Amino acid sequence: MPSDRSPEIGSTVSIQKHIFNALLEKLKTQGYEVVGPHVENETLVYAPIQKLEDLPRGYVTEQEAGSFRLVYTGHTRYFDVIPGAQSWKQFLFPSHANLFNLKKVNGAWEMETPKPTAPAYAFIGVRGCELAAIQIQDNAFLRSDFTDPIYRVAREKAFILAVNCMHPAGTCFCASMGTGPRVEGDADLTLTELEDVFLLNVGSELGRNILAGLPYESASAFVLNAANRGLERATLQMGRSMDTSDLPDLILNNLDHPHWRAIGERCLSCANCTQVCPTCFCWDATDTLSLDGNQTRRERVWDSCFNPGYSYQAGGNTRPTIHSRYRQWMSHKLGTWKVQYGTFGCTGCGRCITWCPAAIDITVEVADLRKEIR
Amino acid sequence: MTHHKPTLAVYKFSSCDGCQLSILNMEDELLDIAGALDIAYFLEATRAERPGPYDIAIVEGSITTPHEAERIKEIRRQSKVLIALGTCATAGGIQSLRNFTDAKAYAQTVYDHPEFLHYLDTATPIAEHVPVDMELWGCPVNKGQVLEVISALLNNRRPNLPAYSVCLECKRRGTICVLVDKGIPCIGPATQAGCGAICPANGRGCYGCFGPTRSTNLDSLTNILTKLERTPGETVRLFRGISGYAPTFRETADMLLKEAK
Repeated sequence: MPSDRSPEIGSTVSIQKHIFNALLEKLKTQGYEVVGPHVENETLVYAPIQKLEDLPRGYVTEQEAGSFRLVYTGHTRYFDVIPGAQSWKQFLFPSHANLFNLKKVNGAWEMETPKPTAPAYAFIGVRGCELAAIQIQDNAFLRSDFTDPIYRVAREKAFILAVNCMHPAGTCFCASMGTGPRVEGDADLTLTELEDVFLLNVGSELGRNILAGLPYESASAFVLNAANRGLERATLQMGRSMDTSDLPDLILNNLDHPHWRAIGERCLSCANCTQVCPTCFCWDATDTLSLDGNQTRRERVWDSCFNPGYSYQAGGNTRPTIHSRYRQWMSHKLGTWKVQYGTFGCTGCGRCITWCPAAIDITVEVADLRKEIR
Repeated sequence: MTHHKPTLAVYKFSSCDGCQLSILNMEDELLDIAGALDIAYFLEATRAERPGPYDIAIVEGSITTPHEAERIKEIRRQSKVLIALGTCATAGGIQSLRNFTDAKAYAQTVYDHPEFLHYLDTATPIAEHVPVDMELWGCPVNKGQVLEVISALLNNRRPNLPAYSVCLECKRRGTICVLVDKGIPCIGPATQAGCGAICPANGRGCYGCFGPTRSTNLDSLTNILTKLERTPGETVRLFRGISGYAPTFRETADMLLKEAK
């Protein structure tokens, strides 16, 4: 077989699983910092990976409202783990970023704005819901009239290897939100894991280039069928669902409904849902001033509408109660987001359900609100 | 404007000295502090002491003896700005556990001649005795917060201290929630940020040493935690710890004990 051949964009090829190591190697030689799901301190994180064996082979996650467990079952698949609390947001929109430094020189302030830098990341294992989340953050950070330079520098260089979800978790509802389990967005490569092989769908020139020269075969009708059947099964196995037919009106027309108060009685206002949410993009700017008052550093940090300080302004807090903060969050995700950006701010990844210590479930709350109104 | 550097006095009441040590541990910034402030009284750092009045007094520890109750009044009279430093000074600290029990009975068990002891039945925060201008929580305090408060005072601005919970700090540093991931009881959702989420980052639950947040839902958190208890009464012990005498944590523990009866 000629070693310089490469598959056409849009085609699907099949590789032996161990060949994936050559693919990772190729990404590294091209200067990528490869990150993917990894087991660390007995839990699941997104971290640098060097080889196939760094992926969580044999693990599954059990996810329910307010509960996450990483369980080793010993199966032989590398991509069966449904993501945990972390998301790709932490690489594209880092939790801390230096915006500028000010220094007083001879009585005048001098400003130094650091040029944003980021490694060229290769994201391994981006789920359909996660790819949709990246595209939603693109809408916020890469607008035609304004782009966020910190986000842009990481986003433009990122290589995305997406993964079709074969075994969704208990809190997943991507099928309802139209973002999965089949990857729908633009990825450089999209992987489907079968028992013996990885199928790779080529989505870009970059993806094609990475596969060039690797020993692949074009995917047979048999394996393509197996992949399709697996994805159909996955759609049926979705742990949760959300009826979006009457959204955003259901929420925006009922902002004074007593149900919000009922949620407020359970909500801790801890901000976990917003921090694990792959689309939440709110941040705060904090200044650190030197003791002599001659130097300051402004930093951008992740913030949350559940932080009472977030809505504090001259005259007081515009959202002083916990229920008003929850309502703000949910009515943005499923209501005003659509008005603002044309999509929901929710991709159905289920993180806010799993990682809420109080087990508040956005799919249940929407259904309950609807029931109470009728 | 005169070129007089503001004077600083640091006092210790009933405490372990850890918060004063947090000031001394600021090795990189200590010279800057000494440059910006005139350290007039700080026995942990220097024997040299100069009489008041002082511009800034930092007070560590809680009030546990009749002598301390008098002494803090005199310090207040001598200080323009008084900062309560650390959870002993803001909530009574670990020694305020005596407030929930019979301090006399303990004294009789431990000492041969308890009659020589002069102590109050309670260990109480500084603000219960004199007006306090600013409270910095933590056991010990976070050195960044100490610097922030000093910098704010020197530059005549409000200090930037977080109103949110430890959860936000966990997420910013990439720590996975120990409560959801491992079922470890954690009162981080109700605890003021500022420590940098040290405990969860090391795989254990937060025990609230930075004190309660102003806006949280302790009823809901208690419901969650009582279901996770590994030993009976664990939730009460979590709330009744270093910040146990802080009003909202105190009421929560009292309520749980009442329900248990």
